[in-house]
Amino acid sequence: MKNTDTSSYQHFLKVVDCQHACPAHTPVPEYIRLIAEKRYTEAYMINWQSNVFPGVLGRVCDRPCEPACRRTRVEAEPVAICRLKRVASDYKEDIYSYLPSIPQQKNTKRIALIGAGPASLTVARDLLPLGYEVVLYERDAKAGGMMRSQIPAFRLPETVLDEELNYILQMGVECHFGEEITSLAKLLQAKFDAIFIGTGAPSGRWLEIPGHDLASDHIKVGINWLANVSFKHTEEAPKRVVVLGGGNTAMDCCRTAKRLGASEVNVLVRSSFDAMKASPWEKADAQAEGITITPDHSPIEYVISGGKFIGVRFEKVASSYDEHGKRTLRATGETILVECDLVLVAVGQDTAFPWIERDIGLKFNKWQQPTLNKETLQSSLAQVFFGGDAAFGPENIITAVANGHQAAISIDLFCQGKDTQQDRPEAGFNLVSQKMGIHDWSYQSGISHEQRHQVPHIAWEEAVKQLNTEVELGFDEKLALEEAHRCLNCDVHTVFNENTCIECSACDDICPMDCINFVDVDQHSDKNAEQIIDKLRVKEINPQQELLVSPALKTGRIMIKDEDVCLHCGLCAERCPTGAWDMKKLMIDNIGATIK
Amino acid sequence: MSYQKSSFYHPRLPVNDLGLTYRDYEGALSTLCAGCGHDAITSAIVQACFELSLPPHQVAKMSGIGCSSKAPNYFLNKSHGFNSVHGRMPSVTTGANLANRDLTYLAMSGDGDSASIGLGQFAHVVRRQLNMLYVVANNGVYGLTKGQLAATADKGVTNKGGELSLFSDIDLCVMALQLGATFVARSFSGDKKQLVPLIKAAMSHQGFAFIDIVSPCVTFNNHASSTRSYDYVHEHITTAAVTDFIPVKTEITSDCQAGVCEDICLHDGSLMRIHKLQADYDTKNAMKAINDIESHKQKGEILTGLFYLDPNGESFHDVNNSSDTPLNQLKQEVLCPGNRVLSSINDSFR
Ligand SMILES: Cc1cc2nc3c(=O)[nH]c(=O)nc-3n(C[C@H](O)[C@H](O)[C@H](O)COP(=O)(O)OP(=O)(O)OC[C@H]3O[C@@H](n4cnc5c(N)ncnc54)[C@H](O)[C@@H]3O)c2cc1C
Ligand SMILES: Cc1ncc(C[n+]2csc(CCOP(=O)(O)OP(=O)(O)O)c2C)c(N)n1
Ligand code: SF4
Ligand code: SF4
Ligand code: SF4
Ligand SMILES: [Mg+2]
Repeated sequence: MKNTDTSSYQHFLKVVDCQHACPAHTPVPEYIRLIAEKRYTEAYMINWQSNVFPGVLGRVCDRPCEPACRRTRVEAEPVAICRLKRVASDYKEDIYSYLPSIPQQKNTKRIALIGAGPASLTVARDLLPLGYEVVLYERDAKAGGMMRSQIPAFRLPETVLDEELNYILQMGVECHFGEEITSLAKLLQAKFDAIFIGTGAPSGRWLEIPGHDLASDHIKVGINWLANVSFKHTEEAPKRVVVLGGGNTAMDCCRTAKRLGASEVNVLVRSSFDAMKASPWEKADAQAEGITITPDHSPIEYVISGGKFIGVRFEKVASSYDEHGKRTLRATGETILVECDLVLVAVGQDTAFPWIERDIGLKFNKWQQPTLNKETLQSSLAQVFFGGDAAFGPENIITAVANGHQAAISIDLFCQGKDTQQDRPEAGFNLVSQKMGIHDWSYQSGISHEQRHQVPHIAWEEAVKQLNTEVELGFDEKLALEEAHRCLNCDVHTVFNENTCIECSACDDICPMDCINFVDVDQHSDKNAEQIIDKLRVKEINPQQELLVSPALKTGRIMIKDEDVCLHCGLCAERCPTGAWDMKKLMIDNIGATIK
Repeated sequence: MSYQKSSFYHPRLPVNDLGLTYRDYEGALSTLCAGCGHDAITSAIVQACFELSLPPHQVAKMSGIGCSSKAPNYFLNKSHGFNSVHGRMPSVTTGANLANRDLTYLAMSGDGDSASIGLGQFAHVVRRQLNMLYVVANNGVYGLTKGQLAATADKGVTNKGGELSLFSDIDLCVMALQLGATFVARSFSGDKKQLVPLIKAAMSHQGFAFIDIVSPCVTFNNHASSTRSYDYVHEHITTAAVTDFIPVKTEITSDCQAGVCEDICLHDGSLMRIHKLQADYDTKNAMKAINDIESHKQKGEILTGLFYLDPNGESFHDVNNSSDTPLNQLKQEVLCPGNRVLSSINDSFR
């Protein structure tokens, strides 16, 4: 069994599962701790550094951090990481003085950004403070991308979006709104040192089943329909609406239709309810607003009768899974007709690059996606970079932001004539002791056993009457502080020093979670890890999680700490008579560089 | 400072026959010094009771005064307990055992509590063969009163304050062997692999069981010139045999080779399996055990392990032929049968 390499940040970052799961590696526990201390502005700025849109993401992030939260290993629900981000945004003070200063003297490099979604804006945010000139082309009249055109205002108020876009635009972006780029070849001739393409995945899929052409007046692509609603081209919905698809777009379509006057809204999806792509909380909110979700139904025909559109016919299907978890749908033969006046199709979206000429050296793969280096996001044309939905198909805002950081690093290297891969900077890190006194820590080491708090919202009957009123009210301060205290401070690491350990076993005796083990290793028979793991206090380890393995101690034993369910309560360090354990906070100085 | 240990526990923690995890056998959060050997003993007791599936309410924790005697507060918080006067735990335990012979008596004392002020009490409770486990946490000092030398300290050592040990040490294992204890062992707080099976066997044993556990006082007796420091003990500890405890219900799969292995059947049907490291190792010979202890001591070694075991020895209630029903369960009329019975007893003496 190999000793853990503690000379780089990798082991430690992996222990902070929420941060590790966040595509932008937002220092989650750090900002939650600041919230717990009511230092909202600082909490906001920590977020702003990594994820650029804390107010937006604190409302609508897909929150990959939450399923990763270590709290779920010791109780039912994760920390409400996402909604605590909103707390930082709601309670912060004016942040202008904390924003980076923009050099008057530019570095003479000009960068073009295509599309004003979160990916491009992150690139702008990262490059402007370095002295770059940034020129933005956006075909819509305003910035924001799908955050403005598709995500409904009842989930993300326009004021919140505008505020966070302005922090960036006011840094001195040269904006060309209402200007669509129709030829990359032409843009390549303009004097830009690099071009970033953040045009998203704007092309919604149709569902071409029988009856499609005749019924076309009654069928709309969900994302286009949503855009029309946000740009006020569509202001009402008919009485009966069917939504096809089970993702978050479907959820936004049905909830919006309800608000525009539809009284019978039915979402039908081929998968089972549990397998629907929409986040569980989106499904719950839709149902709370009186929307019917009908799983296990596959659309087979748009039904026209007597020249009139009647509705959609579905076949009931059953999902079954093979041992690899792959799903197959089996038709049951049973069909139903769901009558309606409008069908919203929310079955997926694609990138669209008709404006990129195929003879300019920019390579595409067989799915018509640009060929990219996954880490640098550089295309086969050295000066062209991609990010966000345009790079690898539809994802989410936080992925677009993470891509923006990666691309900004690459563009900066490229403009200095460096290699975007080989010369990539590595993040520096530091482990800082949190010791204040013999048994005092600078973080709240006591464990809260409270359950997750629900975010207050306006009454559901009110909610469905208002198109642009935000449903969620956010945590009040009391709830916020209680929720913040649930965080286990996973970035405050148990760091072990084998040279000062006297093997008194105090740490392994006190640990509430059976993390710590002192193990005899027999040089002859303990060659493989399995035999060693069999000697741990809890032998059934979680293979996804790291073990912290020390070099040999004085008696020849080794210390193995299973990081899996550590509460970071600090009792091991409090009980250690020699300070061989310390609680140290992981500080990474260039988080962007950790995104790989 | 954390005054609380989280009630969260490892989701894959094993449960015993009673459906309890080892966490159900814990007590209050220890207030002993960080790194005190006594906390490791606590944790070995918790583990042993958990593995034995002892119903906590059928255990009585007995102690005197000292850091070691505080330790029962830190384990088995669902059990009975009595924290007696300094050195008087044996008398109180005798009384309790007389009243209720059905409880499992687990006594924890210190070398000060047992080898100084309580030496007389110690000697008599061994001699009395009370059915109990008597544990001494041996750290060579009076920890609670800031590190004065205990009577167990080796002659010639100095304590942290520089005080010289002028007299030869009292070895409580040797005394227990001389006075007729039927289970005698020595162990080290830092060696749970040895300690936990010994505690389990001692608690299953019928009769007086004694375990002297070397338990470093990290605050007052862990300096370079100490013979009870972690480093000294790690370097000088040795054993003649490795003991396993095999509970009644466990099917025995590996065989026990004569000469190197020996199975001893305890009163309740459980087994102590002994893997000999020294060919002449013998659990039936108290004289030899005393010899071995002393000769290792002369070599500067601390001999640990099971020294002596007589699984069929008599205990106090056998000797006295006392009632099988615990006295506390007998009705008033039976306990105090009145004048008629008294006069018939008196008549028998005439
Ligand atoms: C209905 C719906 C709901 C969603 N909800 C969420 C959610 O709750 N949480 C979440 O994280 N994500 C959500 N998403 C996904 C999220 O909006 C996107 O993943 C994200 O906006 C992608 O960012 P981007 O910067 O790559 O591109 P986009 O946000 O798509 O921005 C691209 C911009 O480029 C412009 N553009 C395109 N082509 C050109 C051109 N040729 N010239 C000039 N400009 C051009 C477009 O007008 C657009 O403004 C949702 C998506 C949809 C459709
Ligand atoms: C009658 C009486 N005499 C003296 C004391 C003071 N006293 C308290 S604890 C102790 C010695 C404890 O030593 P030990 O039993 O070895 O316990 P340790 O603290 O070392 O574990 C003494 C002398 C007392 N409490 N009561
Ligand atoms: S408990 Fe806190 S630090 Fe740990 S994973 Fe959850 S949010 Fe992150
Ligand atoms: S911080 Fe230490 S004592 Fe607390 S759970 Fe983690 S390893 Fe155990
Ligand atoms: S003084 Fe010594 S015996 Fe008492 S708690 Fe501290 S280390 Fe343990
Ligand atoms: Mg003592």
